[in-house]
Amino acid sequence: MKLLIAGFFILLMSSFVPLFSGRRSRVAAVSVAVGTFCCLLLSAGVCIESLFTGNTFDIAYRMSLPFATFALGVDPLSAFFLLPLLLLSTLCAVYGVSYMEKKNSEASSVTIWFFFGILVLGMSLVVVARNGMFFLIAWEIMTLSSFFLVTHDNHKKSVRKAGWIYLVASHIGAAFIFAIFAILGRHSDTLDFAAFQTIMTGAAISTALFIFALLGFGSKAGFIPLHIWLPEAHPAAPSHVSSLMSGIMIKVGVYGFLRTLTFLGDPPLWWGVTLIVIGASSGILGVLFALAQHDIKRLLAYSSVENVGIIALGIGMGLVGISCGEPVVAVLGFAGGLLHVVNHCIFKGLLFLGAGAVIHETGTGEIDHLGGLMKKMPRTGICFMTGSAAICGLPPFNGFVSEFLIFLSALFGVTTGIIPLSSCSIAVIISLALIGGLATACFSKAFGIIFLGEPRSGCAERARDPDAAMTVPMIILAVLCLIIGLSGASAAMLTVTTVSEISGLSMTACAAGLKTAAYPLTAIAMLSSLLIILGGFLFAARRAMPGARVETKGPTWDCGYAKPEPRMQYTSSSFAQPLTQLFSFFLRTKTKLPDTSAAFPAANSFSTETPDFWQEYIFRPAVIFFNRLSAIVAKTETGRIHIYILYIILTLLILLTWNFFR
Amino acid sequence: MTDFSTLLLRAHAGFLAALVLAPLVPGIINRTKAVFAGRQGPPLLQLYYDLFKLLRKGTVYSGTTSWVFRIAPIVSLTAAIGALMIIPCAGASPAIISFQGDIILFAYLFGISRFFTVAAALDTGSSFEGMGASREVLYAALAEPAFLIALSALACLNNRISITGIFIASTENPFANIAVILLTAVTLAIVLLTENCRIPADDPNTHLELTMIHEVMVLDYSGPDFAYILYGSSLKLWAFASLLAAVILPVRTGSFMLDSIVFIFGIFAIAAAVGVIESIMARFRLDKIPKMLIAAAALSVTALILTLMRG
Repeated sequence: MKLLIAGFFILLMSSFVPLFSGRRSRVAAVSVAVGTFCCLLLSAGVCIESLFTGNTFDIAYRMSLPFATFALGVDPLSAFFLLPLLLLSTLCAVYGVSYMEKKNSEASSVTIWFFFGILVLGMSLVVVARNGMFFLIAWEIMTLSSFFLVTHDNHKKSVRKAGWIYLVASHIGAAFIFAIFAILGRHSDTLDFAAFQTIMTGAAISTALFIFALLGFGSKAGFIPLHIWLPEAHPAAPSHVSSLMSGIMIKVGVYGFLRTLTFLGDPPLWWGVTLIVIGASSGILGVLFALAQHDIKRLLAYSSVENVGIIALGIGMGLVGISCGEPVVAVLGFAGGLLHVVNHCIFKGLLFLGAGAVIHETGTGEIDHLGGLMKKMPRTGICFMTGSAAICGLPPFNGFVSEFLIFLSALFGVTTGIIPLSSCSIAVIISLALIGGLATACFSKAFGIIFLGEPRSGCAERARDPDAAMTVPMIILAVLCLIIGLSGASAAMLTVTTVSEISGLSMTACAAGLKTAAYPLTAIAMLSSLLIILGGFLFAARRAMPGARVETKGPTWDCGYAKPEPRMQYTSSSFAQPLTQLFSFFLRTKTKLPDTSAAFPAANSFSTETPDFWQEYIFRPAVIFFNRLSAIVAKTETGRIHIYILYIILTLLILLTWNFFR
Repeated sequence: MTDFSTLLLRAHAGFLAALVLAPLVPGIINRTKAVFAGRQGPPLLQLYYDLFKLLRKGTVYSGTTSWVFRIAPIVSLTAAIGALMIIPCAGASPAIISFQGDIILFAYLFGISRFFTVAAALDTGSSFEGMGASREVLYAALAEPAFLIALSALACLNNRISITGIFIASTENPFANIAVILLTAVTLAIVLLTENCRIPADDPNTHLELTMIHEVMVLDYSGPDFAYILYGSSLKLWAFASLLAAVILPVRTGSFMLDSIVFIFGIFAIAAAVGVIESIMARFRLDKIPKMLIAAAALSVTALILTLMRG
């Protein structure tokens, strides 16, 4: 534990280096990267020990703030989030060293590195905090530092708007988190987490806490309809920061939610059902909106909403399993949800870094302007392809392992014959299958249109693979996708201690539950390896064919058309059109179709845009309403002192009369 | 009970039978269609001839394509072989590898093959292939829930969640619930037609690139690559047909040879039925196919609810 604190201290110190490094932005970058890496090394020991043994480590110091103690602790749940957090942060920092170099303004680079370090520190403190007040301070550090990272390009209007939405959304969420700790603190007279676990709250209070956790932490995690900040904030931040935010910061919301669950005792059935409903809607709508986007980072942001939905489906299966008394279903659901946290962290981190490399080299994230990058940026291309296959949940990559666990949980749930459990399981199977199919559509589009075919515009001409600082983190993440995919059984067994902590089941029960998945996962890994070898054999066989040496280069079959050109290629919008058409009820894609009915139509252009449904139809009207309301209230604010004195006197009079009649 | 090595031997025998006999299935479909149209039609073994001819030929690659285009045929053939390894290919024998939840792997193996086929289609830079790819992902996204729910209904009916388990349990208690079996059979048949690009979802013999779905995605392939693709899709057809055959033919005599022969003829009968459907039906308009798939999903959900009501 002392090492962990030392690690945090080094991270804190390294974040301050950028402030003094002046114009040498590389020094700033390297110091933060090194600080994060040291923190990872120093915390790895205690985290791994806790994950394997299930032990908890605690340390607490007094703080001069009321209610606060500087209480840190590492238990399996914290360790399970802390390790991927620091790993991804280190990789993103290394990537950023070279990514930020092209950004010419030193001032912005200094602030980015300072807040990057602080953000990593804030997130780490959130997952190890063991005191409510301290947790809230860390939570605010995380939110505010990420706000400054989102708004680093603050001369752009769109970025300022994104930052504003992010700040408001985060603080509405934070208000609910304050409420959670206020209620818990009222019942236990202290804000230390240790005290929360022993109090027995009544059903009404548990319900309130559950709903507040869903709203407060759900807005950070990006549950629909609280996700509106994600598609705004992620594209605005620099790519290595979006990678960090999407890969791990939204998972801190999931962590907070799971941590609250450990305070609440046995879940009633409707909690799990609620989570499954939220998970299904976030998952399906998230991937649909992702499909309709034209900007790569917006697409990835919506896909994060989808993946958080999958995580919620897993946790929901876990909760329903617990309340129906089916430990195997519960354990598999929780394990799938937890493993998806790590997996999503890896492949979404990878995809954002890949998108960053594309933007870095071509200067645009507009999918319809790109194309043919596989030949120019082969390493980035392979990494992005791996990430895409993994995020679609395709074997042999890691996304399949976690989705398989949730599927397996649901299949066991269907066959139990307990009606509520079976119905939930059916819902989970349908949603996961639909999400899987749509994700394949979405990411074969993203990968295919960006990296394959011919370049659709001139901006891809000078693209090439970025330098090692940027490619190596991507390669590490891509390899991790494959390793976890091929060692699914061990990865699943690693969740035992954490699952036991969340579910309240004994370690042996959890291990027994996960054993049911161990054989299938091992079989899948063996089959996958076998098939990879078979693929290699088929490749060799094709080269050995008699005709293999006769290889002619020709044009693509153009169906007899005389002059095909790259701009005629299918674009991402046209690729997604049948699906967006089918789901137009939810998507409400806006089409700008010019009038071409005249006899001699002039040059014209056509465009589509899919704004966020909830932002357009729920939050915007709400904000307009509140603005009008405040405009009315503002009329009382005249700025003249004697009017204010009148208000004071009136208030006093009312209080006096009220007191008199009481 | 038969001992382990016999079972293993039978599993491999069934797998090999599928690998060898699969190219016959498209031949049977085409022969049925020819009979209906009053033509003589191509020989039953036409696909074998085509495969051998293609394997000996050279290849033409478009200058636009990258290595993704070259590995896609290998991935899709490998995935199809993998899928055959986890289902009992000849009915009476178990699968080579069987585990709880292999239903999901079955669906996702075709998912990875689709990912690469679609990527390869986009790799050629042709609008027509992009168009085919776009339709393919649409239908696949809708067929997947229908398929997995139908298999969940079977899993629930037989209280097993592996494909081999379902096959065996369904023979122990054949026609346990006629309604459920009928509903899942219809769903599986619709999924089979869609996933294998048959009428009414797709017309493998259409003459316009604009109207093709799967065929247009592989327009640019030639030589051994095309052979891999054709063979892979015949294996895929076999895999789906054997699932359907297991549902509608849960009869066992006890003799392995006899059972396998009955089962394989069941697959051939399904192929003939596909030929009949292709002869008497027109292709659906594109916007009707999603509705058909959603209807299939609804049927399988009904089947699952019926199964749950029983228990």
